[in-house]
Amino acid sequence: MYYSSLLALELPEWLSDWLADIGDQFYLNFIKDQRYMYILKGLGITLLVTFLAVLLGIVLGVLAAIIRSTHDKLVTDMRGGFGKAVLSALNFITNLYLTVIRGTPVVVQLMIAYFVIFSSSNNKVLVAVLAFGFNSGAYVAEIIRSGIMSIDQGQFEAGRSLGFNFVQTMAYIIIPQAFKNVLPALANEFIVLLKETSVSGYIGLEDMTKGGDIIRSRTYSAFMPLLAVAAIYLVIVIFFSRLVTILERRLRNSERQ
Amino acid sequence: MSGSDPGKPVIQVKDLKKYYNGTDIKALDGVSMDIYKGEVVVIIGPSGSGKSTFLRSLNLLERPTSGTILFEGQDITSPKTDINKLRQKMGMVFQHFNLFPHMTILDNMTLGPRKLLSMTKPSAEAKAKELLKKVALEDRANAYPSQLSGGQKQRIAIVRALCMSPDVMLFDEPTSALDPEMVGEVLDVMKVLARSGMTMVVVTHEMGFAREVGTRVVFIDQGKILVSDTPDKVFENPDNERLKTFLAKVL
Repeated sequence: MYYSSLLALELPEWLSDWLADIGDQFYLNFIKDQRYMYILKGLGITLLVTFLAVLLGIVLGVLAAIIRSTHDKLVTDMRGGFGKAVLSALNFITNLYLTVIRGTPVVVQLMIAYFVIFSSSNNKVLVAVLAFGFNSGAYVAEIIRSGIMSIDQGQFEAGRSLGFNFVQTMAYIIIPQAFKNVLPALANEFIVLLKETSVSGYIGLEDMTKGGDIIRSRTYSAFMPLLAVAAIYLVIVIFFSRLVTILERRLRNSERQ
Repeated sequence: MSGSDPGKPVIQVKDLKKYYNGTDIKALDGVSMDIYKGEVVVIIGPSGSGKSTFLRSLNLLERPTSGTILFEGQDITSPKTDINKLRQKMGMVFQHFNLFPHMTILDNMTLGPRKLLSMTKPSAEAKAKELLKKVALEDRANAYPSQLSGGQKQRIAIVRALCMSPDVMLFDEPTSALDPEMVGEVLDVMKVLARSGMTMVVVTHEMGFAREVGTRVVFIDQGKILVSDTPDKVFENPDNERLKTFLAKVL
């Protein structure tokens, strides 16, 4: 009795059945017909779209943030004329951009980009990068702007009093400090964007989520492909969150104590 | 154009007025003043009297509502004036130091000369180190501002402004944010600077400094200059009632 129960590495029937079933399922969903390639290729698309969109988002966001904070800082001091008109117009356009983008769902923006604005294009990756980039830019703008606003006005005055013009003061003194303050928030925006690209399937772009869904439609089993997709997102997000934590600690340990 | 002409004032202020946006609160209500080369003008007055606003108008950190300010003969409020060029010749020291926290002391001091005066890095650093030696902080060249005490920060802020070789130095309550035991070291640097012949405009509550170093003491209250005289006259023999009340409170 004793021995048999000890030696009986033979598992209970339900468990061995379940394990065998898992094995079959694994084979069916990932190995057969090289179905794992849907997920792997999708992962590549997901990362590509995220990285490019983040770059576009940062460029747009910095521009929008500079326009907004320049407007807020300078417009009351300006004597009118051409410069003021241009700045006010730019500020209006920027505000419109921020309001529209932040006031509508990203899926709708993505579909409008693909089916309306670029309906003649079939480059889904490019359309997705543009749509997610413009979307992210609106959020990055507010992150950077809050960074610029968080810098003490005295820094600005110190720069100007040395004889730097507005642009030089921004470039040498304000932006470097602002950027440092918001790096963690920017990294977080990257994480958010990574997950947001999972709606790319709406325009038929085969990102990782869509890849998992294609497998599901082939094998009629949802459990494995979708859990695998979720697990990969989770691992990537945990990895980048760790990086953000390390980054935050480094920044805290640098010159400002 | 040049400030070296001894007969003409370096800074000439005429009927300066500043009303805060839309309100009729008069921060400055018709202030006129001539400042000559080598003068140390100390501006005193109760808080909210407009003395900081006046100082900050001199390099246009504050835009006056009306009036003119001539610096070395140029009207600084005129749209044709390149205010950035003029500011290079007017060093400014702030109450809260405003050192750049993301740069070392040396970089704080050489940023302006390198980017604005096109000095090479070695020559800008040589000049900065020479000035650091004068304020006994040459060993902190590679430190960051957060590693310095308040008094040290303010001494650095002074030499940072001096790195631009200004013609005039403006001080906006340079010792007001300091712990009492650090006030002396900053005032000492300012005294040495005054004795070297620098033209200075100083807003301060340090009456000892005003009396000892000032060539002229100006009392501002409610946006107007009420008294402008030698330190002796102002402190020993004040005849203005408001000045008397003020001095009774601070001395």
